[in-house]
Amino acid sequence: MRLHEYQAKEIIAKTGIRIPAGKVVSSAAEAREAYEVLGLSLGVVKAQAHTGGRGKAGGILTAHSPVEAYSDANAILGRRLVTVQSGPDGVPVRKVLVEEGLAVEREYYLAITIDREKALPVIIASSAGGMDIEEAARREPGRVVKEYIEPVFGLQPYQARKMAYSIGVPRGKVNSFVDIMLKLHIVFLVSDAELVEINPLVLVESDDFVALDAKMSVDDSALYRHEDMKRLADPSDMDGLEYRAKKAGVSYVRMDGNIGCMVNGAGLAMATMDLVKGYGGEPANFLDVGGGAAAGRIKDALEILLSDRQVEAVLINIFGGILRCDELARGVVAAAGELAVNVPVVVRLEGTNRDEGARILRESGLSFKVAHSMREAGEMVVGCMRSNA
Amino acid sequence: MSILINSESKVLVQGITGREGGFHAGQMLAYGTQVVAGVTPGKGGQEHEGVPVFDTVVDAVSATGADVSVIFVPAPYAADAILEAADAGLRLVVCITEGIPVHDMIIVKRALEGSATRLIGPNCPGVITPDACKVGIMPGYIHRKGGIGIISRSGTLTYEAVHQLTSVGVGQSTCIGIGGDPIIGTDFVDCLRLFKEDAETEAVLMIGEIGGRAEEDAAEYVRAEFTKPVFAYVAGLTAPPGRRMGHAGAIVSGGSGTAKSKIEALEAAGITVVRDPASIGATVAGAMAK
Repeated sequence: MRLHEYQAKEIIAKTGIRIPAGKVVSSAAEAREAYEVLGLSLGVVKAQAHTGGRGKAGGILTAHSPVEAYSDANAILGRRLVTVQSGPDGVPVRKVLVEEGLAVEREYYLAITIDREKALPVIIASSAGGMDIEEAARREPGRVVKEYIEPVFGLQPYQARKMAYSIGVPRGKVNSFVDIMLKLHIVFLVSDAELVEINPLVLVESDDFVALDAKMSVDDSALYRHEDMKRLADPSDMDGLEYRAKKAGVSYVRMDGNIGCMVNGAGLAMATMDLVKGYGGEPANFLDVGGGAAAGRIKDALEILLSDRQVEAVLINIFGGILRCDELARGVVAAAGELAVNVPVVVRLEGTNRDEGARILRESGLSFKVAHSMREAGEMVVGCMRSNA
Repeated sequence: MSILINSESKVLVQGITGREGGFHAGQMLAYGTQVVAGVTPGKGGQEHEGVPVFDTVVDAVSATGADVSVIFVPAPYAADAILEAADAGLRLVVCITEGIPVHDMIIVKRALEGSATRLIGPNCPGVITPDACKVGIMPGYIHRKGGIGIISRSGTLTYEAVHQLTSVGVGQSTCIGIGGDPIIGTDFVDCLRLFKEDAETEAVLMIGEIGGRAEEDAAEYVRAEFTKPVFAYVAGLTAPPGRRMGHAGAIVSGGSGTAKSKIEALEAAGITVVRDPASIGATVAGAMAK
């Protein structure tokens, strides 16, 4: 689960790391009021959206007066923000953060994430703050340093010191920098984070470090032990169908093609998309109905898949294991009966209770095309598209 | 022979009184697996399908001599269950549970380092040595005894590959689902090392997917040390970057972990990469017949 900048900053600030004075608002009038209440002489109005590259896309504007804060917020709010990371459709902006503008002396990058190959947390620091860190690492590898964090002992001050010195933090500021790293590590641990990032962490004229921007992502699997964080979820930037799928317990990712796929198991679902493409079609989606999917979930899944107007044919590819083919067939028949399916549906069933499932489909009176192998399924569904054309 | 499990393996089921654990304990028994014990804290003294249930893993081991555990306990308690199994000295722990927090797995991974316990999974279908022992949730009847070792990050896609192989008369030595999470106990290279020493395994089929660099590492190992024929399929050629495709570990991030780069690395190591998921069985059968 990704958090918004203002949410990440609130969490980080609780440890004592300084953040700019600011207020999150959802209208231009509130932005003007926030500028006044904060008593700003220079302000920044920042789009709160789950995407990077906001600045270059016009999602971060400066304001020198309450009126400017009003017009900035007006320009940002209620539009879809299209950035290099957001995809062509962009993401909606429902809130802006109005913050004090600061005179920045130096910028640093600081982040903790998980190195999956080493199965360890890793802390990364750089003097090339404000930049995309992968870009910085490519261009100037010497300015990016990292240390692996022992899960039992945690981040040690000597590791943080070593990093601070090697990226050239001013000698007098090393202790403060180390303190921020240790605090960030606490945030990482107690939030079950996959990523905590301060970029840039700036040294301001008053000789203090301030987290000018922050990013955080929390492990969805750990949300059960973070009741307080569940309310931070903002599904507004999710595709409508993807949001419905998530609520129904179905893994669904929308694509650009016209062949809807419904599959059990993530690996087989990806392979089915590849199959469709390989036989000359274009998959409309990734959809994994999950292991023990009951008839109700099958119906939800089919409904979601068919709600995508681009879908012109459906391929159902099921390898029964925990999910029995007869159960699947009953769900599909029930759903098809209610949903008035008007596109061709190719069904391929294999595994547990395959014959029973095939019988249910055959006797349903609905016009399913039954395939007997993955190859046949791929050829059939792509063939449907050709005969449509 | 086979790797990891055989007809002598004595299996303990953690979470045997739950819906999944209970059902699959029955399925494993029906396959002929020696399921000797179950563990559910608070339910010691009961029986499930004729299998005695214990409160703790260590009690179950000392009473029954179990050497393999399979875990079905819910995700919030699964890391603890793995550590309990390791503490009781089990040789092999297979964790089926999906959705274990990644911070828990970091601790588990570190705790198992240097211990005698091998972890398979989590978020995997388990391990099967056809006609000898099934420790997991895969449909047993699709398998056939033979010479192909299978290592896979997926569940149903593995069943598909096994089914294709069996349909063309090619059997399997041992099939291992290593799991779809970003942090897993045993990876491709670990399994390849075991298959290398296994006389019964003539060739290996790897089933990978987008995310991480486990396939690239496996390619490197195969090039340097592995002499048996290796086949591979990688799912996710059409997956968009930055999106998690069902499995927690299946994500292309920052341009790395793409199916294309994995296929290139595997082919450069002399591995036969099957592009069409419908042709896995036919490709392996064709090459092995030569």
